Amino acid sequence: MSASSPRVERRLPPVTQLGMLSLGLVLVAGIYLSAHLPEHVSLGPAVALLAASALVFAGNVLALARVKGFAWGRFFAVARWALLAYAIISGMIEYVFLRNHTGGGALVLLTLSLIVFAVNVPVLIAFTVARYD
Amino acid sequence: MAQAVVSSPGAAVGAGPPAALERPDFQIVPRAGLPIVAVALALLIAGIAVNELWPLEFLHVVAGAAWTVIDLFLGFVLGQIMGKLSIPARVEFTTRLMPKMVLIMPTVVTVTLAAGWQLSTHLGTNLTVNPLHGWVVASFIVVGVMAVIALGLLEPANIAVLTELKKPQPNPEVIERLMKRFIYTAGATGLMQVATLVIMTKLGAG
Repeated sequence: MSASSPRVERRLPPVTQLGMLSLGLVLVAGIYLSAHLPEHVSLGPAVALLAASALVFAGNVLALARVKGFAWGRFFAVARWALLAYAIISGMIEYVFLRNHTGGGALVLLTLSLIVFAVNVPVLIAFTVARYD
Repeated sequence: MAQAVVSSPGAAVGAGPPAALERPDFQIVPRAGLPIVAVALALLIAGIAVNELWPLEFLHVVAGAAWTVIDLFLGFVLGQIMGKLSIPARVEFTTRLMPKMVLIMPTVVTVTLAAGWQLSTHLGTNLTVNPLHGWVVASFIVVGVMAVIALGLLEPANIAVLTELKKPQPNPEVIERLMKRFIYTAGATGLMQVATLVIMTKLGAG
């Protein structure tokens, strides 16, 4: 094994797996809402999925924050640009919903889902980059 | 053009100094491509605002076709080729292809989805009473699965490979591991794109 192996094998919390789970939950919430719009849609399932996604995301960030000696400089350098990119992408999706007069609880949930989506992806990208730093 | 050096993983085993690979200087996010992305997004905003059939169909079909073809080509053709290339060739190919992918893929995906939703609203296929509604929901599900794979594994691997290659002394093991992840996930999304083709041709046929 080469001298560089520890950089590859470093033990870290399952950030990618949890991030994908959170992303999956919020996407299911978005698909559920989109499948019913513009007609009336019961918000209960979407609220539950969004809450679960946000909870997994928060747990993921907390677990990562407890890692000692993590390359936070690299993490934030990547995350801020990724956040900008995914904020623009989420903004475009939000714009379509606004253009079609989506409103009320459905719009609030879609907006919150897009926010969870837009913060999740930068964490996934920045973690993957910084873990090898 | 500036050059940097990557040590070959196998080179340390043999006698003598480790072999070094030259790699071209590159930008992780190619700034020259940003105006093109801005134009694409401006066209998308205009297309959605105008809400006419032709611009929406143009944006959705062009971006969607690009997304599907790139995924299929990357997953089933380029991925296979990249896996068989020598390490120097793979490094050079990676530094030239992957920065472009950083801009192209998020742009075509955003244009496809946003224009697609507006097109669906325009045509009424997103209404539950529409006979094609089930196919539209199926496309949401396929896109959702592809998004989790692409955003959770493929895109981070792409950025991480490029960041590693930018370092003064990149770790070949890290590059190898991330490239494998990139190629496998590109294959998985390529497979999902076959489902997209089935759904979209059905929606087009009515």
